[in-house]
Amino acid sequence: MTTATLDRTERLLRTGPDGPADPGLSTHLALHGPLAVPRRDDRDWSHAVWREMAASGLTGRGGGGFPAAAKWDAVTRSGRRPLVVVNAMEGEPASAKDRALLAWSPHLVLDGAEVVAALSGAREIVVCVADDRDSSARVVERALAERARAGGGRPVSVVRPPARYVTGEESALVSWLTRGDARPALRVDKSVPLQVRRRPVLLHNAETLAQVALIVRHGAAWFRELGTSEAPGSTLVTVSGAVRTPGVFEVELGTPVAELVARVDPTGPVAGILLGGYGGAWLDPAHASVAYAPGPLAAAGATLGVGIVVVLATSSCGIAETARIARYMAGESAGQCGPCVFGLPAMADDLELLAAGRGDPAVVGRLEQRCDAVMGRGACRHPDGVVRLVRSALTVFADDLRVHTAGHPCTGHAAPTVLRFPVAGASRAGAA
Amino acid sequence: MSRAATVQVRLRVDPVACDAFGFCAELLPERVTLDEWGYPIVDGRPVGPHLVDLAARAAAECPRRALHLERVAGTA
Repeated sequence: MTTATLDRTERLLRTGPDGPADPGLSTHLALHGPLAVPRRDDRDWSHAVWREMAASGLTGRGGGGFPAAAKWDAVTRSGRRPLVVVNAMEGEPASAKDRALLAWSPHLVLDGAEVVAALSGAREIVVCVADDRDSSARVVERALAERARAGGGRPVSVVRPPARYVTGEESALVSWLTRGDARPALRVDKSVPLQVRRRPVLLHNAETLAQVALIVRHGAAWFRELGTSEAPGSTLVTVSGAVRTPGVFEVELGTPVAELVARVDPTGPVAGILLGGYGGAWLDPAHASVAYAPGPLAAAGATLGVGIVVVLATSSCGIAETARIARYMAGESAGQCGPCVFGLPAMADDLELLAAGRGDPAVVGRLEQRCDAVMGRGACRHPDGVVRLVRSALTVFADDLRVHTAGHPCTGHAAPTVLRFPVAGASRAGAA
Repeated sequence: MSRAATVQVRLRVDPVACDAFGFCAELLPERVTLDEWGYPIVDGRPVGPHLVDLAARAAAECPRRALHLERVAGTA
């Protein structure tokens, strides 16, 4: 895995004059400059920073894409001191951006957490790093020790929730922090903030907080110099699959997807581009001129998600790869809701039949019905993501599907996967 | 034409609590269908006045207390 930057979009992944930055505090201060965050409630400072944040149009980089400033509003309205939670769980197997960001610039993430804490009156910060990510946890602990020596700052603790796909989901993480049970909760009204020990939770993805740290330093106008008016700024993407230079990249929002793909040098003709994550969607390469930004991607049936881009070459089989993802996602269900517990394995069964050339058009019809039946019927969005992915596969790989349902699986169906899946049992908590 | 604000009810299933007993579909087949695994499918449409009592009974008789009647502001 390489970590590189593209062109002028060197904001989060900034290099020093002597090459890549080291994660130390002195390098951080040399690259980004000092940051003064008031230790006590300071209304004038909060007001000025909040205004800049709102003007920046920063949206969450953890998959939800919710405006960051709106999140603070909801928590501030509750009138109680919140708990700031840094979400660096990165449960998506094809994502490496949060890991890369922490390895590269942990102080930027911690700066952002400090800013959000000061804005919201929080007195405590919790950083969540999955229990199979020891190197990320170490780099954060080291950074915290440096900051403690430098003085100031709010108490920050690092916790290690189990490395499962759904643990990074906001309500699952809060449930784990509250009672050690990392399962999502049904939220009827999402405008009501989640709570840990009667404190409202202000939870942000690690990259979102790093962006906050930059906006506080340089302002909203600077932030908006990159990106589009609807999707300002830069963002981190993890590009993998059939490409010669996979890695984590910082890109300008609005860059055509085709350009992102071309820069990582595909190994052959492209059959499909997986965007968002394993609960994302396949993009037809014929539509790859679309801008990499939430609005245009949504119009193309895709999603930005957590910045995952997986390139599939025509030597692979999109149906077989989708079957693998569906099977993995079925195994990652929290096991709470019937439509997810039974629906996802059934959808994976159908896809495996089709991939092997043992499914006729009736199986496609059944799979489509199962997609309709499962959509929107879980407490969290885990099943919805799988449905979106499967529906996109049925469209983007429609030609392959016709061949498969005629009883002739394509030659690619036996090719090894280009997707990443976690090694079973990697989490210390295990998959109970 | 004047529109008076009224309170309407709609059905909501708590998917975590639901254990697919299926009583709701028996008591309120007009508004509850079951998927192939026996879990109830409801939609967000308001429950008509003639069905409110049946809906309330279906909610009350769910062994898992997983069927809820939500009050929503509507116009009549």
